[in-house]
Amino acid sequence: MTLIAFLIIFPLVIAALLLLVKGDWPRNIIVGISAAVIAVASILLAVQYLGTSHRLFEFSSAIVDYVGTAISIAIAAVIISFGVKYKNKLATALAIVQVVGSLVYEFGFAHAVHEPAGLYIDSLSVIMALIIGVIGSGICVYALGYMIDFQAHEPEGAKDRRPTFFALMFLFLSAMFVIVFSNNMVWMFTGWEVTTVCSFLLIGYTRTDEAINNAFRQIIMNLLGGIGFLVALYIATIQMHTISLDRFILEGLMHPEIAALPVCALAFAGLTKAAQMPFHTWLLGAMVAPTPTSALLHSSTMVKAGVFLLIKLAPLFLVCQVPGTMVILIGGITFMLCSFMAISQTNAKRVLAYSTIANLGLITACAGVGTPEAIWAAILLVIFHAAAKSLLFLCVGTAEHHIGSRDIEDMDLLFERMPRLARFMMLGIMCMFIAPFGMLIAKWATLVSFVETKQVVLIILLAFGSAATFMFWAKWLGKLSGIAGRPQNVEMTVHPSEWISLIVMAAIAIVACIVLPIMSHTMVEPYLVGIYGQLGQDISVDNLWISSILAVFVLVVLFGGVNSSKKKRVGVYLAGVSTDSDTRTYRNSLSGESIATSRNLYLDSIFGEARIRRTGEIVCAIVIIFALVASGVVPPMFY
Amino acid sequence: MGYATKSPWVIHYDASSCNGCDIEVLAALCPGFDVERFGIINTGNPKHADIFLVTGSVNERNISVVKQIYDQMVEPKVVVACGTCACSGGIFHDCYNVIGGVDQAIPVDVYAPGCAVRPEAIIDGVVQALGILDEKSKALKAAKRGA
Amino acid sequence: MTFINTLIGTVAFAILAPIVGCLLAGLDRIISARMQGRVGPPLLQPYYDVRKLIDKDDVTVSGVDGVYMTCALVFTAFAGGIFFSGGNLLMSAFIITMAALFFIMAAYSSRSPYAEVGAGRETLQVMSYEPMVLLMAVCFFMAAHSFNVGDAFKLNMPVITLIWPAFIGFLFILTIKLRKSPFDISTSHHAHQELVKGTTTEMSGKTLAKVEIMHWCENVLFLGWTGMFFLWGGPLSIILAVVVALAAWFFEIWVDNNFARVKWQLMLKSAWIVALVCGGVNVVFLAML
Repeated sequence: MTLIAFLIIFPLVIAALLLLVKGDWPRNIIVGISAAVIAVASILLAVQYLGTSHRLFEFSSAIVDYVGTAISIAIAAVIISFGVKYKNKLATALAIVQVVGSLVYEFGFAHAVHEPAGLYIDSLSVIMALIIGVIGSGICVYALGYMIDFQAHEPEGAKDRRPTFFALMFLFLSAMFVIVFSNNMVWMFTGWEVTTVCSFLLIGYTRTDEAINNAFRQIIMNLLGGIGFLVALYIATIQMHTISLDRFILEGLMHPEIAALPVCALAFAGLTKAAQMPFHTWLLGAMVAPTPTSALLHSSTMVKAGVFLLIKLAPLFLVCQVPGTMVILIGGITFMLCSFMAISQTNAKRVLAYSTIANLGLITACAGVGTPEAIWAAILLVIFHAAAKSLLFLCVGTAEHHIGSRDIEDMDLLFERMPRLARFMMLGIMCMFIAPFGMLIAKWATLVSFVETKQVVLIILLAFGSAATFMFWAKWLGKLSGIAGRPQNVEMTVHPSEWISLIVMAAIAIVACIVLPIMSHTMVEPYLVGIYGQLGQDISVDNLWISSILAVFVLVVLFGGVNSSKKKRVGVYLAGVSTDSDTRTYRNSLSGESIATSRNLYLDSIFGEARIRRTGEIVCAIVIIFALVASGVVPPMFY
Repeated sequence: MGYATKSPWVIHYDASSCNGCDIEVLAALCPGFDVERFGIINTGNPKHADIFLVTGSVNERNISVVKQIYDQMVEPKVVVACGTCACSGGIFHDCYNVIGGVDQAIPVDVYAPGCAVRPEAIIDGVVQALGILDEKSKALKAAKRGA
Repeated sequence: MTFINTLIGTVAFAILAPIVGCLLAGLDRIISARMQGRVGPPLLQPYYDVRKLIDKDDVTVSGVDGVYMTCALVFTAFAGGIFFSGGNLLMSAFIITMAALFFIMAAYSSRSPYAEVGAGRETLQVMSYEPMVLLMAVCFFMAAHSFNVGDAFKLNMPVITLIWPAFIGFLFILTIKLRKSPFDISTSHHAHQELVKGTTTEMSGKTLAKVEIMHWCENVLFLGWTGMFFLWGGPLSIILAVVVALAAWFFEIWVDNNFARVKWQLMLKSAWIVALVCGGVNVVFLAML
């Protein structure tokens, strides 16, 4: 309980402190130490509550309620001021709707229901706390070095907004802790809205036209989700007389006919936050932000809040068929189509974004299936995705500053130019898609759970989607692994803080892969037992250990084996007319010199965004509208 | 005889042949002669090949190509000059840009004459080359053991 | 126990599969030669080839392709070990994909334009056959109620009776997996191609020998998958499985010798359509059962 309060309040204090600090050095020290403190605190929390299935804490306070209301008003004020300044009517209108809605709720309905147990902890929130506390604060450390380079790349005389930037990062962490520990859904909603507005400000950090546009796209989509959440709060209070998450789930299980609409509205909120189609464009737009922001949004916060909520609601999806089907379909379609679209991307960050959306789709689909087996897979996907994706984002960010591009084609020869970084990047990529690493084990479990529940559509979507996944990762990996000649090593100027967080991320990814069986036993299973009263692991422990051993083998090879061998080096074959094989130069038919170049396959004619995006958005929008109408207007017909 | 002689993979390069010898080289691979009986495969890639079959004479334009293909072949390797032009420059020997036989560019192990060279002569040349290949293979092994 | 079984299976596979695979490859070349009106090489020709490659000088373009190929071999052995010790079919499929990935990386590492084109096409090949492999495993599970290949022996009748559409789809992608024409677009066994040798262009000596051995092992594993459809009751059904696997293999050689290469577009589209029709229909049918 103390630890939970500490985890929520401490980042807030640091955020306030960082707003005031202007110099690089004091900031480095504050961020470094507080990140370590948060990481240690979340690990302590994990140790203390290891294996806890569910535990409520008696905590309620009118002051906290009022603070929440004040925060809601502040959020609305921020959005409205930006909306007026940049003349964005839709965002302003939505913000007004939301603030009026929450004020009416707060003063008209909230006092009808009193919730004594405001906070709770279970194994899922422990896992989430670890992800937020360790990976999230690791990204904050990474941002220290990155933002120095970033500021140096900015045009002369650009305003230094770094104090706000770091304050927002820590505020984000605090809000995430609120979301994962609040049993009181009103508090959870406050945290939810804080993450929305934080990412709004972070995406718009550079204040360029593109950044502002994308920030508004994000806020509009997430305000829609927020309104969904608010609708759910109203219905829960009025019809079910509870604002506590665990009571809500219990009531929902007993009266699915009442729960259908609020569950659907909450799921809608989760889908927008998890950037599922048709709302996936906000996460793509978020790429304009500095890389630590993308890393934070993609791996440990924001989108993870969305899937966290969906996983929490999973038992309800088993009984409420309309929202369940909606979540399954949206997740499955998003997984397949976004995997397809990732093939056609050359921009590394966009590939990462599409892969994030695709994986969130998979998690969403698992949550929608709702069986213990599916949830086991979903939680593991959350863990491995957080670890591998943060590693990848940080690698791409560092590479971008040192080779001057985030295009995959420009990462040619990275293995020689930035040997350590390239290996980390390769590790991250392998963790994302290939056996024997955790992500694939989780996908395997996903497939098994789909098969067992006979989700035919999902099986087919998964089969084709994973094939596409192989394609876009493998060709990137191939680009990285190219070796020729002795290009200059440009790695020496990477900031130490960047190395530290890269190593931490890599270590997390590695350890998570190796101790997967233990993690499943001590962290994931207790949650499933708490919720369903049964275990969810579908893959035998033997198979998990075999994978662990193979994973270790790959790591040894990657970091120990692929160094230059003592074999004689020869040039590449260029039809006998090569003049310099390191640069692939050859003598052409006019006795001049040409360079042989080859690009990867991007298959734009088959998997191009233009072909796929519209279809996906329309199909998913229809599914959502149909589900909302079906569960809102005609619930009795469906039960 | 070592394994080198049981699986001779060839690469064929047309230096400046009139195509007469080229057709005979390919004829040797066809069902009539079927050199795959002896494990011979036409690879088209110097890195995979053991035997370099050159047809035609070497000229100013292609001498570097002949040299580079030879250099890119992995030891042990042998060269068979197929046809009169490849052996000595033949009928083209005094053309303005012809340098001469293949031995002007790279060391030739076996000369298979003929205009055009007959498939039997090519096969005979390759068989002779196998003996040399075997010796080179043994020498390489000995060198490896010594090193 | 699964753990020990897998290890024993892997070691056994690593020893036996190259022998069987080598003989099959030799037979393949003789049969192909006869289909073309030739005599063909001796049965042990693939073995001679590999021994010769091992005797060649050690040279390399990137310095790391040999390491990647060793990894590919190790993963192939594991995939085979898992399958033939009666282990999890899905795991076997995933691990063999890992082997394919290492092969692709070995090709990319040279930065040769020919090898890169080959590697790109190899990833396309993997993407083409992967959906059908997954659907095949799913169908097997739905018919046998287990992903464990060993459990097929507990059935009253072979899974083929329920999943013959998936078998047809699998035969289609088997052509890609065995690197047979018309789908041998990343590298080709026969004569020289306009892209030199695709993926293996820059590999020579021992590295190339590893590629050959890996293909032998892969072929044995994939033929094992083919035979799996016909297992039931007791170990005697293995005879039928072997006969069917050999028949499928003969069929693939026949296809190889009678069809010209296609472009990758046709390969991808046809393989996915086949997967969707054969695999999809079969999954739907089994779900309704």
